[in-house]
Amino acid sequence: MVTPLTGSWRDDAVPCPNSRYGMRLRFAVLGWAAGVLAASAAFAAPFVPADDATVLERLPTRSDPSLAEFGRLQKELASNPKDPQRAAAVAQRAIAAARAFGDPRFLGQAQAALNPWWSADDPPPAVIVLRATIKQSLHDFDAAIVDLDRVLATGGDHLQALLTRATVLTVLGRYEEAKRDCMRLARRAQPLVATTCLAAVTSVSGDVDGAYRMLDAALAAPSADPQIRAWAATLAGEIAARRGDVAAADRHFAQALTADPRDGYLKGAYADFLLEQDRASAVAALLKDDTRNDALLLRLALAEARLPEHSQAFRAHRDELAARFAAARRRGDVLHLREEARFALEIERDAANALLLARDNWSRQREPADLRILAAAATAANDARTLKVVADWIAKTGYQDVWVASLRTRPRS
Amino acid sequence: MGRVASYPTTVVTRWLVLLAAGFALPQDAHAHKPSDAYLTIERNGGALTGRFDIALRDLELAIGLDANGDGEITWGEVRRQHNAIAALAVDRLSITAAGQACPLIVTGQRIDTHTDGAYAVIDLAGRCEAESGVLAIDYRLLFDVDPQHRGLAQVVDEGVAQSLVLSADRPRAVVAGDDRLAQFMSYVREGALHIWTGFDHTLFLIGLLLPAVLVRLNRHWAPAARVSPVAVDVFAVVTAFTIAHAITLTAASFKLVEVPSRIAESIVALSIVLAALNNLRPVVARARWSIAFAFGLVHGLGFANVLAGLNLPRDVLLIALVAFNVGVELGQLAVAAVMLPLAFMFRATAVYQQVVLIGGSIVIALLGVLWFVERAFNVVLWQAR
Repeated sequence: MVTPLTGSWRDDAVPCPNSRYGMRLRFAVLGWAAGVLAASAAFAAPFVPADDATVLERLPTRSDPSLAEFGRLQKELASNPKDPQRAAAVAQRAIAAARAFGDPRFLGQAQAALNPWWSADDPPPAVIVLRATIKQSLHDFDAAIVDLDRVLATGGDHLQALLTRATVLTVLGRYEEAKRDCMRLARRAQPLVATTCLAAVTSVSGDVDGAYRMLDAALAAPSADPQIRAWAATLAGEIAARRGDVAAADRHFAQALTADPRDGYLKGAYADFLLEQDRASAVAALLKDDTRNDALLLRLALAEARLPEHSQAFRAHRDELAARFAAARRRGDVLHLREEARFALEIERDAANALLLARDNWSRQREPADLRILAAAATAANDARTLKVVADWIAKTGYQDVWVASLRTRPRS
Repeated sequence: MGRVASYPTTVVTRWLVLLAAGFALPQDAHAHKPSDAYLTIERNGGALTGRFDIALRDLELAIGLDANGDGEITWGEVRRQHNAIAALAVDRLSITAAGQACPLIVTGQRIDTHTDGAYAVIDLAGRCEAESGVLAIDYRLLFDVDPQHRGLAQVVDEGVAQSLVLSADRPRAVVAGDDRLAQFMSYVREGALHIWTGFDHTLFLIGLLLPAVLVRLNRHWAPAARVSPVAVDVFAVVTAFTIAHAITLTAASFKLVEVPSRIAESIVALSIVLAALNNLRPVVARARWSIAFAFGLVHGLGFANVLAGLNLPRDVLLIALVAFNVGVELGQLAVAAVMLPLAFMFRATAVYQQVVLIGGSIVIALLGVLWFVERAFNVVLWQAR
């Protein structure tokens, strides 16, 4: 089950921007932001194409032939929907596609593949682990844990289940349980995976220095898999940044980018570090082609806001982000709260709204970035009650972060 | 509009990268977003007009558009599937006014571009049998191929606009217009309808009412002498049942109590078994209203799931609750009104006392056992088709 990401997807990438569509898109988005919040969501007037040969849509299969294989599996499953092996294969490919393309439609297709087991109590283990993976992707963390508990309660170390549960438990702030899963993982998984698992937990629960030393040492050993290495080095960069060790953070982010230059999470973490260091131009260069991803578009806009020569791009990106958050709200999604809080605080300068969003987000997930936006919004809004929540959390967990500490002394913007 | 936000950015997802085979990253200009379709419905009198925007990517998944499999969808390929697209749109969308159907037809098909790509625009028209009354939408597009699909609907009812979000969990919505009386009546209808279609509640009630025309004498059933004690008994049972489920329905709707539906539904099934067994070997013979009350509390939790499925706007919840209860009560009285005169007429016959009461109770008890096992252990024993 634990299949490391392999293959040469960087080399396969086909750049095929369609500028006519791009312009049309830009106008459409601006139109929306200007107040066209009509539910019909009609940007341009509907039209009847003059020519049968007019190409209206390019499917993802066009840019990635491996998706044709996924489509074939999907069709096979459709004629035999209760085959758990086929369903698991389709769901796994769909989750991977959602990740690789940043396209949430694939996540829905992954869920569809597991439909016969979606509310069943005892599907096969492989199906439950995938179901849990989809649930955590939808930020339904408690339900994901219930599923993973079920798999792991039957004994045996299902590596993927352990890995996923440790991570979800860390997001929920249940550190002792997460550590136990990482320890169990250490018996069977490769050392860098287990070390990174453990460092992720200990770095936020009182031993940031120990976590860093452990991870730095593990990264010094040669490791086979570039994706795992990129993940470990990204975490090392984040921890170094929280410790205020700028040189080490720079080194680790560079390490990670060498291993996997396209990873979206890595780019976001690196951009945050650069923004802290007031290196906005570097962020603009790093993220200029990542406008489809909301989280990265936010960081790009934050950088552009500080660069007078980018003011036109900034305004367009600001409006696009506002439209995307509005669309998500309309749909009833809660997956974007952290980014939306940051948008409200740092771009719209609406501390009160940012605080509401950050508090809502904090009630759902407790990663460092969640604490950071909560602390920043509370400081900006001068909200004593939330500042106490932050202080209590830091006292209870031993969380260390020079950026959060500096909030108290920084002049308000 | 376009977005990737529901593609989460927590560190959790980073794990996924470790699990899966690789894909090329495309560089197209479209934003990525979850699957949404946009529906506009406008009502003027009995006439409906509407527009339904469905993404070509979603249609490709549901019915297949890319005939030559080259990864590009052309207008010609869409046009060749126009009939299938129209059938899909009309089959998966049903609209009623005052509980009566408003059949829809497709009047045209065009194309529009949204931030995440091209959409088929389906123009709709329809005529409702009722000139007024509350509009209800039942939306089932794409949920089978993408359970995270949403229908984002905008309903303009006689000039008053309302937005709805329809999902796999909540595919039905009642449009809250300005006409409070029509609204009230629509929930009365929903309540009465639920007694009609919610077979388990009706069966429980019938189980309780079967012996109402009889009296228990020396361990035997004897026909009741007069109508009035029977009527009082029936009234007590139905009213106790209604009061009890009104209490829990209200509590559940305002989220004062939360009972997992599986537990509530299992106890509902169990209540049917016990009500029927009580006819075979009476434990509670006189005050059957007390059984009705006790189990009515659980049935109310079952009703709450129905009401939750209707996607009620917050401000109409109270009016809906009252109306729904009235509807349930009326539905029950209708059942009693049909059943009791017949039962009273034949109460002295052996057929009633042996076949209807004893045989009927055994059948009801068996059905209750079947439902209980299915619900409590989440298995399908018998499927009516």
